[in-house]
Amino acid sequence: MSTVRSEVALEAGRQRLRLWITAGPGLVWIMLFLLIPSAILLAIAFFSADDYGNPVLPLSLAPFQQVAGYSLLGWDSGNIAIFLRSLAQAGTATLVSAALSYPLVFFIMSRPESLRPLLLLFIILPSWTNQVVRTYAWLELLGPNAPVSWLAHALHLVPPHLGLAPGSFAVTTGLAYNYLPYMIVPLYASAEKLDWTLVEAGRDLYASGAKLFWHAVFPQTLPGLLSGVIFVAIPAFGDYVVPQLLGGDRALMIGSLIANQFTETPDWPYGAALTIIMLVFTGLGLVAFRILTRKLGGAEEATI
Amino acid sequence: MTFDPPAQAVLSAHSAKRGAISLSGITRIFAGSIAAVDHIDLDIHPGEFFTLLGPSGCGKTTLLRMIAGFEAPDDGRILISGREMQDVPAHKRAVNTVFQSYALFPHLNVEQNIGFGLRMRGIKNPERKKRVDAIMEMMQIGDFAKRSATQLSGGQRQRVALARALVNEPEVVLLDEPLSALDAKLRAELQIELLRMQKRLGMTFIFVTHDQHEALVMSDRIGVMSKGKIQQVGPVLDVYEKPKNVFVAEFLGLSNIWPFTPTGPHTAQTPLGELTIAAPLNGSGLAMIRPEKIWIYNDTAVPKDQTNLFMGVVREAIYMGASTQYRIELANGQSVLAFDTNNQAAERSWRPGEPVAVELKPDNIMQIEP
Repeated sequence: MSTVRSEVALEAGRQRLRLWITAGPGLVWIMLFLLIPSAILLAIAFFSADDYGNPVLPLSLAPFQQVAGYSLLGWDSGNIAIFLRSLAQAGTATLVSAALSYPLVFFIMSRPESLRPLLLLFIILPSWTNQVVRTYAWLELLGPNAPVSWLAHALHLVPPHLGLAPGSFAVTTGLAYNYLPYMIVPLYASAEKLDWTLVEAGRDLYASGAKLFWHAVFPQTLPGLLSGVIFVAIPAFGDYVVPQLLGGDRALMIGSLIANQFTETPDWPYGAALTIIMLVFTGLGLVAFRILTRKLGGAEEATI
Repeated sequence: MTFDPPAQAVLSAHSAKRGAISLSGITRIFAGSIAAVDHIDLDIHPGEFFTLLGPSGCGKTTLLRMIAGFEAPDDGRILISGREMQDVPAHKRAVNTVFQSYALFPHLNVEQNIGFGLRMRGIKNPERKKRVDAIMEMMQIGDFAKRSATQLSGGQRQRVALARALVNEPEVVLLDEPLSALDAKLRAELQIELLRMQKRLGMTFIFVTHDQHEALVMSDRIGVMSKGKIQQVGPVLDVYEKPKNVFVAEFLGLSNIWPFTPTGPHTAQTPLGELTIAAPLNGSGLAMIRPEKIWIYNDTAVPKDQTNLFMGVVREAIYMGASTQYRIELANGQSVLAFDTNNQAAERSWRPGEPVAVELKPDNIMQIEP
C-alpha cells in the first residue's frame, strides 16, 4: 500500500521536474525581460521627475496628469491629438493593408500550387531587410522631387515646394507597406482552407460577383482577416521608426512621443506613464476585438 | 431574377416542358487524362426521379456538375426546359443542388440558409419568410430554425440542405450522393422522405449515387454509368431484370453469367450443360440469370418434366436475415448462385453438403453483351 503511494508520489515528482526543465527557461526569460521591466516601468510612472528627467521621490500622479494633457501651462490637447492620430493612422494602414491583401491572396491562390510558396516568399522577402532602410526608401519615393509628389502637385494636393513626405499620408503608406506581410500571411492561411463547395453553393443559389464574395468567401476568410488586423493594428499603433522618419512634426505618433521622453527631452516618469496608458488601451482594444470576433462567430482562431 | 421563357428557336418537340433535360454529345476531358464524360446523350423527363448510378470515378458527378453549371462541357449541348445552357452561368440556372457535404453556410442559421437563394433573387420579407416557414414545416425542421447549421446532426443538415434547394422551386433538383454520409436507418428514412417531397412537388430530381440498392428504391428511371459512358438507361425494373451488359448486370445486384453457343433456336450449350432459353437466340453470347430467379428443390422432391434442371450439392449457405444466399455446385463442377427467402420452415432451408436440384426457368435467362 505504502509502496504504491510512494510510487505515485515519485511519478508526480518526476512529472513536475520534467515540466520545470522544459518550461523553465521560457519562464525565466519572460520574468527577466518582460515582467520585471514592466513592473519597473509601472513603478517609475508613479515617481516625480528631477530636472534631468530621472525618477525621484516623492511618489506622484503628475506623470498621468501630464499624459492627459495637464502641465504647468495648463491643459493642452496635444497628447489627445497624438493619440487620436496614432489610432487613425494605424487604423487606416490596417484597412489599406487588408484591401491590398485580398486581391493578392486570391491571385496567389489562382497560381499553380508549386508556385505559391515562391510568391509568398516574395511578399515576405522585403521584411528581411532593415525597417529603417525601407522607410528611408519611402522618404525618397514620396519626397518633394519624386514623381509621385509631382502628380500630387499637379492635382494641388500639396503645395509645389513640398513632398508627400513628411506627413500623415507618408506615415499611413509606410505603415501599410511595412505590415502588409503580417496581413497577407494569416489571410492566405485561411484562404487556403477555403471550402470551395460553399462558393459553389452560393453560385447555385443565385449569388455572383460581389454578393458571392461577401456571402460565401468573406465569412470563411474572417478568422484570417481578424488575425491579420491584430498583427497589423497593434504594432502599427505603437510604431516608432515609420512616424519618426516619415511623419515630421505634423504626423507624430505615440511611439515617437514615448521615445522622446527617454532620449531627446528625458522625463522617465512621464514616458513610463505614457507607455502604461498605451498598453492599457491596446489591452482594452484587444478585449473589445475579442468580443467582436466572438459575436461574428466562426473566428475563434483570431482570438489571442 | 427571372428565368426567361425558352426561346422558340431552341425548343425541341420532346423537351419543351419545364423540368426536362436533354443532353447531347456531352464530353468533358480533364487536362492530361481520359474523358471523364464521353459523348453522353440522355433525355430526362419532366417530373421524374432519375438516378445516375455508377462506381466512383465513372463521371456521374462530373455530369451533374455540368448540368448545374459548375463545369462547362468540352463538347455537346445541355438543354434545360428546352433552353440552351451554354452561355448560362450557374447562378442563372433554374436548377438547385444538394451537395454531398451539404455545404450549408456555417455563419448562417437554418432559416437564413434556407432563405439564402430567395434573398439573392431579391425576394423580400415577409414573402421570403412565408416561403421559408412553409418548407420548414413541410420538412419538419421548424424547431431548429434559429440554430446554427454547425449545431445540427447529419440527418438534420441533410433536411436543411434539401429545403434550401426546394424552397427556390427549381425546375430541376440535382442531388450528389446526398445520403452517403448517413447511417443505414436514417438513410432509409430520408430516402422515403426525398421521394415523398419529389412526388408532392413534381420537380425533376437527378440523383447521383453509387449505391445500387438506393437507386432501385428511389428511381423512376436509372442511367447506369461506367468509364464516362452511359451503359444503360431505363425504368428500374427493366434495368434490373434485363441488364444490357455484364457491367450493368454485376453492378446492379448479383448475377450468374455463362457464355453460350446456340444449338437450336431456343437451346444453347453452356458450361452448365444444355440450356433452354425463351428468347430467340442469334449467335453466341452471354447468358445471365439473377440468383433469386433460381428455384431450389430438395433432391427427393424434384418435379418431373422440367427443363433446365440440374442436380448439385450446397457448398455455401450465407444467412442474410430475410433470405439466404446459396452457392450450389453442380455435378459437372460449375457453381450456381441462388437466393431463397426465409419464409418457410426447415424444409426450405439447406445446409452445406445437402444434395439439391436447381431449376433455371427459360423465361428468366437473359442474353447480355459482354
